[in-house]
Amino acid sequence: MGNILVYALHYKGAINKNSLGAVSEGAKLASAIGGECHAILVGEGIADDLCASLGAYGAAKALRASGPEGLAQPVVDAMAAAINSGGYDYALFGGGLLGFEVGAGLAARLGAGVAMEVTAVRAEGGKLVAERPILGDSAISEISFRSPVGIVIARLNAFEIAQGGTGSATVEDLAVELEPFSTRASMIQRGEQRGEDVDIEGADVLIAGGRGLGAAEGFKLAEDLAAAFGGKAGVAATRAVVDAGWFPYAGQIGQTGKTVAPKLYLAAGISGAIQHKVGMQNSENIVAINKDSNAPIFDFSDLGIIGDLHKILPKLTEAVKAKKGS
Amino acid sequence: MKICVLVKEVPDAAVQKRIDPSTGRMDRSGEKNLNPYDTHAIEAAMQLKESGALPIDEIVAVSMGPESAVRALHKAVSLGADRSVHLTDAALAGSDVAATGYALAQTLKRESPDLVLLGQQSDDGECYTIGAVVADHLQMPSLTQVIKIDVEGGALRAERQAEYGYDTVKVELPAVISVGDAINEPRYPSLKAIMGAKKKPFDTLGTADVDIDASKVGGDNSAAQWTGSKPPPQKAPGIIIEDEDTAETVEKIVAWLDERKLI
Repeated sequence: MGNILVYALHYKGAINKNSLGAVSEGAKLASAIGGECHAILVGEGIADDLCASLGAYGAAKALRASGPEGLAQPVVDAMAAAINSGGYDYALFGGGLLGFEVGAGLAARLGAGVAMEVTAVRAEGGKLVAERPILGDSAISEISFRSPVGIVIARLNAFEIAQGGTGSATVEDLAVELEPFSTRASMIQRGEQRGEDVDIEGADVLIAGGRGLGAAEGFKLAEDLAAAFGGKAGVAATRAVVDAGWFPYAGQIGQTGKTVAPKLYLAAGISGAIQHKVGMQNSENIVAINKDSNAPIFDFSDLGIIGDLHKILPKLTEAVKAKKGS
Repeated sequence: MKICVLVKEVPDAAVQKRIDPSTGRMDRSGEKNLNPYDTHAIEAAMQLKESGALPIDEIVAVSMGPESAVRALHKAVSLGADRSVHLTDAALAGSDVAATGYALAQTLKRESPDLVLLGQQSDDGECYTIGAVVADHLQMPSLTQVIKIDVEGGALRAERQAEYGYDTVKVELPAVISVGDAINEPRYPSLKAIMGAKKKPFDTLGTADVDIDASKVGGDNSAAQWTGSKPPPQKAPGIIIEDEDTAETVEKIVAWLDERKLI
């Protein structure tokens, strides 16, 4: 008893970073409640090495189930099969999209309690207590479980990746019969698309644009400012404008995009929804320009400008250029 | 064919939200509105119906919530739903996401929908999850955070952004789909539609009407239990400048950046 089952998402032969964080955290918590951390992978032809590599992050065992990749319901089937075979007290998910879907489906299947958007978990008397920020992160609620299995879905980047484990995880194949409805969704095309590759992870200065830019053309303002900074400066975007086709996916910050921590993050016309915040909150200096004084981004920016970015950005670009030239 | 759209009443965006310290539940008094994401779900249903891509006979708005949720259902009807169903029962108060999804699924079973649509998240908390809970109870395929739906050979071709970029997924009906706000631009209701909304068929149901096992719902029976709350770690508040004279504002920004050696 006391074992924790962690979903390890993989893509093109690599484990997702948030899953590695969840395995690391799961290992720490399992040892605190007297159990083991096991990882579960679902896909076709997953290599032994990839499964075993989770041992380095503290997984004692890696369960491998056969099923379609990138879809939640086959993973629910696999995790339910593992949990119903006994020994698991908790299921743990790193941040991202599939974790929400799998965790929620699993809660329904098992009649289990679920805590979402969790930023920290602690062990208390052999049980886990999850901490979840609520109301725009103005309070943190604590959630415990009274079902035999508790489900914890973390927020993006909630857990640190720790290579604490020794050696490799034991790889065990898990036979799973998929539910009929789990096979009624099928992947036609998976991953990337939408625009060219832009490198934002190595940037020292990022000018990020959101809906407030008004149109795809608005990104010119952000690009001009980034060019004025010169050096390792780049342009990034929110999910809303990437979905709208204004900017390539490769430049997207947040929940289903990239996580960055540049020296300067200047957010132009970005409201600062949690899904965006989780991808940039560790930036060293955050400057926000937004015309809505109630925008949540002002709650976590170091310098907030309430005003029209269309007026401010061009002048700021000129001023930065002048400063650089002086 | 029938589409059911799940809608929810949420505190208006302008209302300062707070938690009742004695229960840990959200204080739901104050001005309320239809969850903005749900208006995109209704619009998606309307577009499927109007395009003729699927032979949709009826769009039904379904909500669970206290008496005041009637207003959210009226709004849903004014946006195009043909009728509405309101699940309301004191026994449901304080249900967690798993219990809420179960109760909604029981209500949906009565309607036997060919498609269930909902907003991907609500303004007041339960993020992204309710669709997947409902789908598992209904034993239907499910996809969340969808930003494009096409009909192809009687099935849906749905697009969404996941961890590694954009995925296109074929989903056979019946199915549960949650949509993001990029999927469409919801229409404004006409005055006539607003006036007529109260005259459209409206069912009020309790837990007994839809075979909800009372031991599985409500705050006390929920498997996830709120056990306390605490303030978040405090971060020093930032400097706020209101832009009145842009030249001056820019000067201040540059000075601030310069001080931190960021230029």
